[in-house]
Amino acid sequence: MTRYSAFAIAREAFRQHSGWKQAWSSPEPKHEYDVVIVGAGGHGLATAYYLGHRYGIKNVAVIEKGWLGGGNTGRNTTIIRSNYLQDPSAAIYEKSRSLYETLSQQLNYNIMFSPRGVMMLAQTEHEKRGYLRTERANALQGVETRFIQPAEVKKLVPIINLDGPRYPVLGALWQARGGTARHDAVAWGYARACSDMGMHIIEQCAVTGVESDNGTVSAVNTTKGRIGCKKLGIVVAGHSGALADMAGFRLPVESVALQALVSEPIKPCMDVVVMANTVHGYMSQSDKGEMVIGGGADGFNNYTQRGSWHHIEETVRALVETFPMISRLKMLRQWGGIVDMTGDRSPIISKTPLGNCFINCGWGTGGFKAIPGSGWATAELIAKGEPGPLSAEFSMTRFREGRFIDESVAAGVAH
Amino acid sequence: MLLLTCPCCGVTAEETEFAPGGEAHLKRFGPGSADGEYESYMFQRKNPRGVHFERWRHAYGCGKWFLAARDTMTLEVFGTYPAQTTEPPPEIIAKIKLKRPEWEGFQ
Repeated sequence: MTRYSAFAIAREAFRQHSGWKQAWSSPEPKHEYDVVIVGAGGHGLATAYYLGHRYGIKNVAVIEKGWLGGGNTGRNTTIIRSNYLQDPSAAIYEKSRSLYETLSQQLNYNIMFSPRGVMMLAQTEHEKRGYLRTERANALQGVETRFIQPAEVKKLVPIINLDGPRYPVLGALWQARGGTARHDAVAWGYARACSDMGMHIIEQCAVTGVESDNGTVSAVNTTKGRIGCKKLGIVVAGHSGALADMAGFRLPVESVALQALVSEPIKPCMDVVVMANTVHGYMSQSDKGEMVIGGGADGFNNYTQRGSWHHIEETVRALVETFPMISRLKMLRQWGGIVDMTGDRSPIISKTPLGNCFINCGWGTGGFKAIPGSGWATAELIAKGEPGPLSAEFSMTRFREGRFIDESVAAGVAH
Repeated sequence: MLLLTCPCCGVTAEETEFAPGGEAHLKRFGPGSADGEYESYMFQRKNPRGVHFERWRHAYGCGKWFLAARDTMTLEVFGTYPAQTTEPPPEIIAKIKLKRPEWEGFQ
């Protein structure tokens, strides 16, 4: 792998940039691998990366139905934060956030991590009390957050309207170390590092079946033929139910559409991420100047990667009240992703009823922020065959045992 | 935008008039049932890519619950029927079979 550096840019400038190599190779699949990861999104690639980086397991294939990072990794609003209420959530999201801080250096790939600060507005008395509680919980968990008063909110976000007619701003939960990153770059950076370790990233290769031998996984059948594996990791977000069905078990997961949209680019007007969970809207400004807007998820099962128009209307209506200056912005693009929602709105990183088959799913509406931490924890689970401290609480058996990690109440809706 | 017909009051309207209620025809398990059965009732879902039977409520109309058959890959609604059934009625099944010959049927 050619290292990316200022010297590399200078060198290439002298030869018309003819020396840049493909960031990752596209090999044909081998007959067998030690580990096969299904799903080359952020979580799958991060899992493969940490398998190689931390456990020296490099005979790994990451297979992907579409193109790399073309699912939810490329469809989210790139918010990174770790201000969760429950201890297991705070642990894994904070691990993830801290890994993001040095990920560009670690991968030698600029993921454009921008710790610009994330603000979650409290717009009802109930929400304010909730965030005060979260602030104290975060203090105990070692996650740095602060509840700030409306005057400070206005100072950080001058374009905000504090006295909205329906939902006045009563304060906010502020995580200064939260922020955003370039979502595609996260997938590309991990892919490049995986490829460099000799792992195979196989795109345009859909899984059609899972083979097992005496209750232990032995291979996956794909559109590019049978691929043997000693261990299998399923990391496919919205399509987890379909993969679980092939592997012979069921999941406490439902797939719904979540939408986002971006405006025409404008001059810099907001340098933090603002989330308004009561009214289902969140907004940040991308480096290109577009206002990136996310909203609430649909309520019905959906695999179409497009959502309902009225959710966009609700989101935009709420944000126009909070940020009156965006009222005449034109929206450029709108898209949807299929998110996998669990009963308690917390993820699953777990062993499965099928031996040596592991699953990572259920990140619902908030998976992007978790990519490095999720990969870290899933790699540990696959390498050791047993969950480590980060993933132990996220077992799929918690629903049977009543050990929920209830973030649906704690985090409101927008994740 | 989904168009649904409420079988209780006969009104056809778009989805903003209705509230989704998740998978239909769940087998209910209450107190005294095994943990696995209770889990299957409370949390485990078919979540199919394709034909899905689901509950809806005519929230901004007559307020009644009803059931619908819909394709989660195309959002096509095959039909709606009253909630007082334990499985989809034959005419709905026939309609789906006509449009989705490869569909394996209600299980």
